[in-house]
Amino acid sequence: MSTAHEAIRPETPARRSFAVPGFMTRSMLIYAALVFWAFVSLFPIYWTVTTSFKTAVNVTQGHLIPFVDFTPDWKGWRSLGLSPDTIFEQSTVRDEFMRRFFNSIVASAGASLLAVVIGSLAAYGLSRFSYKFLWMRNKDISFFFLSQLILPPVVLAMPFLVLYKQLMLLDSLVGLILVYTLMVLPIVIWIMRDQFDTIPLELEQAALVDGCSIWGAFLRIVLPIALPGMVAAFILSVILCWNEYFFAALLTSTDAKTLPVMVASQTGSQGINWWSMAAIASAAILPLVLIGIFLERYIVKGLTAGAVK
Amino acid sequence: MSQSMTLVTNEPFAVRRAAPAGKHVLLGRAMLAFATITFLVVLALQSLDAMGVIALGFESWRPLLYVYLIWAVVFGVSQVMIRGEAGERAAFVLPAVLFTVAMVIFPTIFGLYIAFTDWNLSAVEGRRFNGLDNLRTLLADTYFWNALLNMVYYVLAVLAQYAIAFGLALLLNAEIKARKFFRVAFLLPLMLSPVAVSWMIGKSLMEYRFGPAATLARYLGWDNPAFFSTPWLARLSIMAMDAWVSIPFMMVLLLAGLQALPAEIKEAARVDGATGWQSFKEITFPLMLPVSMTALILRIIFELKLADIVINVTAGGPGGATDTVSSFIFREYRDRSNVGYGTMLAEVYLVIIIVFVALILKWASRWMQRTN
Repeated sequence: MSTAHEAIRPETPARRSFAVPGFMTRSMLIYAALVFWAFVSLFPIYWTVTTSFKTAVNVTQGHLIPFVDFTPDWKGWRSLGLSPDTIFEQSTVRDEFMRRFFNSIVASAGASLLAVVIGSLAAYGLSRFSYKFLWMRNKDISFFFLSQLILPPVVLAMPFLVLYKQLMLLDSLVGLILVYTLMVLPIVIWIMRDQFDTIPLELEQAALVDGCSIWGAFLRIVLPIALPGMVAAFILSVILCWNEYFFAALLTSTDAKTLPVMVASQTGSQGINWWSMAAIASAAILPLVLIGIFLERYIVKGLTAGAVK
Repeated sequence: MSQSMTLVTNEPFAVRRAAPAGKHVLLGRAMLAFATITFLVVLALQSLDAMGVIALGFESWRPLLYVYLIWAVVFGVSQVMIRGEAGERAAFVLPAVLFTVAMVIFPTIFGLYIAFTDWNLSAVEGRRFNGLDNLRTLLADTYFWNALLNMVYYVLAVLAQYAIAFGLALLLNAEIKARKFFRVAFLLPLMLSPVAVSWMIGKSLMEYRFGPAATLARYLGWDNPAFFSTPWLARLSIMAMDAWVSIPFMMVLLLAGLQALPAEIKEAARVDGATGWQSFKEITFPLMLPVSMTALILRIIFELKLADIVINVTAGGPGGATDTVSSFIFREYRDRSNVGYGTMLAEVYLVIIIVFVALILKWASRWMQRTN
C-alpha cells in the first residue's frame, strides 16, 4: 500500500480543482451506462414477450411497441392453447406443454431438495468435525466434492445412458433427479459450508451441555439459523436444474422430457411460427424471471457464498 | 472400511470428553455383515445372469440398485450402533459420500472401458474392444483439435466478460438511485435457460431478415448483417450470447467484493486527492484480486462446459467454427451414435481440463495469497 500512496501524493493539488466541475457529467455518464446496460439486459426479454403477441405482419415489419406500433394479438398463445378463448378447450399442445412444465418442476424441485438435504448434512459435518477416511481428511473430502464441479457433463453422459438403460431409469424423472442432484451437490455443499462456518460454536456447545445429542443440537439449534442459506442454495439449484439441457436431451425421450428439451426441439424445426415460438420461450422463462425479481436477495447470497471473505 | 473411518479429534466438541462407545456393537456388526453379504450375493448372481452362466431371468440391474440402497442405510445405522457418537458424526457426511461415490465411480470406470471400444449404437456388431484405435483416430481428427482451439478462444473471451462485469459492478457500487432496479435488471439474463436464450437472441433477435439486431446493423450501414455466416463473425456472435448470460455471475461476485472493501481505504485515497482512475488502479483493483481470481476461475470452469447455446444456434457451424468440445461430442453421440469414440474424446478432454484447471489454480493461488 505504501507505494500506492507515494504515487498518488505529488499530483494532489492539481487534481482536486477538477473534482467539483467534473461531478455532474460523471454522474450523468454513470446513469447513461446503467440505462444502456439495463436496455441490453432487458430488451431480449421484452422482445420475446412482445413477439408472442404479434402476427406475421408485425414480425416482418419489425414493429416493437405494443398498442403504438401494432395491436396485440393472442395468436401465439392460442397456438399453445393458453389464450383466453382457448384456455378452457381441449388442446394437445397445451397438454404437452403442461406435462413438460410439470416435469421440469418435479425434476428441479426434487433434485434441489435432495441436494440441499444431503449437502447440508455433509457441509455441517465438514464444518464441525474432523474426519479421517483412509488418507483423506476434511480438506480432501471437501475437495472431492468440489472437484465434481470440474467434471463436464459429456464425460458422464454416455456411461449414464448405458447405466440407466440397465437400471430401467432411462426416460424417468427419478433418473433425472439423481443426475441433477449430482450436478448441484458441490454447489450446495460450497454454500452451506460457508453458512455453517459463520454460526458460532457456543450455541451448539450449550445445547450439548444441556444434554442434547449431536443430531439434536443440529436439528434444533443450528438448522433454524442456517435456513436462509438453505433457501439460497435451494433456489440456486432450482435455477440450474430448470435450465439444464444436456442430460435432459440425452437421457429422456417421451415421458420425462423437460421444458428446455421441448423448446430446443421446437427451434430446430424451421417452419415454426415466431409468435408461437416466442410464446413457448416466454412461458419457459417466466418462472425464472419471477424468481429473479422476487428472490434476488437469496440468489446473490447463494452466488457470493465463500467467494468474499 | 468401517475401521478406517475414525474421528481423530473432536476439538469443537470438547465439552464431553469421553465419547460414549456404541451400545449395540455386536448387533451392528452382524447387521453390517449380513447386508454386505446380501449385496455381494446379489451382485454375483446378477453378474452370472448377465454373462449367461446361469439363467435367473433378471429383467434389469434394478435389484442391485435396491440392495445398494439397503446396504447404504444399514451401513449408516451400524456405524452409529458400533461406534456411538463417532458414528453419529460420520452419519452427517455419509449420505453425500455414498451418493457421490455410487453416481461417479461406476460411470468413470465404465466410461474408461467404453473409451477403448469400437461401439456404434446404430451398427449391428455391438461393443468390441479395439485398444488404442480411438486414441489414434482422435489424434488425427482435425474437428476435435479445431473444437479444442475454439475452447481457447472461448476461455479468452472470459477476460472480456470479466472487464465488462467489473465495470458494471463499479457502476452498481457508485452512489446511484434505483440501485435495486438496476441490480435485478442486470441479474436477469443469468436466470434464463441457455436454450431459451438460443432462440430469443440467436434465432430471433439476430435473425437475418426481421431480427431487430439485423435491422439495427443495416441502419448503421452494414448491408449484409448475417451474424452466423463467416467463422469469426459466428464465433463472436456465440461469444456475445454467452457473455450476455454469464456476465451477471461475475458481476455479482465482484459487486460483493467491492461492497466488502473497507471504506477507510477509499476515503484515505480521496483525501489524498487520487483521481477515480488512480484510486481504481492503485487501490481497488489490487484489493479486489482475490475476488477477481475466484470469479475468473469459476467462470472458466463453467465456460469449459459451454455447449447448450452452440448446439441450439449453430450446431457447430459454419464449418466447425463455433464448435465447443462438448457440442462436438454431443453430436458424435446423438447424430452418429458413435459411443466408443465419443467417450474417448470426453475422457481426453477431461484430462486436458484437469491439467489446465490445476495449473490455473496453482498459478492463481500465488496471487491470492500475496494479497490476502
